[in-house]
Amino acid sequence: MQHEKLASFEDAVLPHLDAAHNLARWLTRNDSDADDVVQEAYLRAFKFFGGFHGTDGRSWLLAIVRNTCYTWMQRNRSPQFSIPLDDELEEIESEDLDPEALLQRSADTQMVRRALEELPVEYREVLVLRELEEMSYKEIAGITDLPLGTVMSRLARGRKRLQEALTNHMRAEVLSELPKSTGTDSRLRRW
Amino acid sequence: MSCQRAQELIHGYVDGELDPANNLEVERHIQECNVCASTYRSQTMLRLSLKDKSLYYPASEKLKKRIQSSVRKEAKSEASPRPAGWRWLTVGASLALILLIGVGTWRILPRVIRPSSDELLAQEVVSNHVRSLLLGGSHLTDVLSSDQHTVKPWFDGKVDFAPQVKDFAGQDFRLYGGRLEYLNNRSVATLIYQRRLHYINLYIWPAEQSGSTGEITLQRQGYNLIHWTSSGMNYWAISDLNNVELHEFARLVQQQ
Repeated sequence: MQHEKLASFEDAVLPHLDAAHNLARWLTRNDSDADDVVQEAYLRAFKFFGGFHGTDGRSWLLAIVRNTCYTWMQRNRSPQFSIPLDDELEEIESEDLDPEALLQRSADTQMVRRALEELPVEYREVLVLRELEEMSYKEIAGITDLPLGTVMSRLARGRKRLQEALTNHMRAEVLSELPKSTGTDSRLRRW
Repeated sequence: MSCQRAQELIHGYVDGELDPANNLEVERHIQECNVCASTYRSQTMLRLSLKDKSLYYPASEKLKKRIQSSVRKEAKSEASPRPAGWRWLTVGASLALILLIGVGTWRILPRVIRPSSDELLAQEVVSNHVRSLLLGGSHLTDVLSSDQHTVKPWFDGKVDFAPQVKDFAGQDFRLYGGRLEYLNNRSVATLIYQRRLHYINLYIWPAEQSGSTGEITLQRQGYNLIHWTSSGMNYWAISDLNNVELHEFARLVQQQ
């Protein structure tokens, strides 16, 4: 009996270890914490595996990973565990963005990584699930226990914020290069 | 389609989540409107910049092995639950003895059986506690209030008894809310208290016999459990809080 449970668990859940780790790493933003959370999540998953009747082992596991992360964050870093209400966030205007400039510099993954890491966790998680894990709105809604509409609006706001953060980082980078340049750098005109 | 509408739908559009009719309309709009076309381009580029493989954190080989072995270990320990097995053996042996002696069998039997029914209940309490915290705390309370005069009446008509509800904020056990649970084959009132970042679930229901028993302390899966009976009510408290503080809490409840 136990043997069967272990075998089907290893079939259905173990293959999604990378996805589990990726999500945990983005939520905890720390290597060793991510490892610990993933291990805890797997043990929980195994314990509750009797309740899993679906076919989508990845979504089922990721929901547990996410919950384990949140419990962990609550336990370890309470000050960061504050979710601002969507509606009270400032609308960020992204109209003045220069997409061409963004494209020119989009090769800088470090900058993207930092900007995504600095996003509030509720935007970070939907973006990671959507862009890195390539999940549908419906799957994300299932994992995060959020209504579909909220998933959509968090993605939209998350992207806006990310774009804003990237623009700021780029602007800072360009400005820091300013003293060395002759002042005729064509990039400067854009800003 | 208006720009405002197109801007609302543009994320669904880049994600391929729109229905065909809206999809077509957004597509048309983008061809005609420079502003929305620019938004569309910048969204696409943003998404591209997130597609970089180095942003994905796969699990290390080491973690994979660690998890495989810990799950297998867990499977083994589930397959042979030693403590429970031994307890059943003891119960079996005691029963045989009692039958042999044939003295006061029916008076003693409940006392012998008690540990195992307690054990089942303890498991039920642990699962319930874990489940209440698992869902990001969203299932922790049915009524969220630190006001005892809100929580107590909330149970009216939901359970067939009136649990004592008291806030111990002064002693740093803040009443957090109430919840209805099904435990031990009946509806049970649950009070949630908070101390620092720890949550305590306190389950209350009428005992079969009136009177009181002393505290019994258990530890299961890293949680501390204390249960007792007083004034004809069963109380089970569970938390990841340390034993000393949970005892302090139990005493407060008993003194109320």
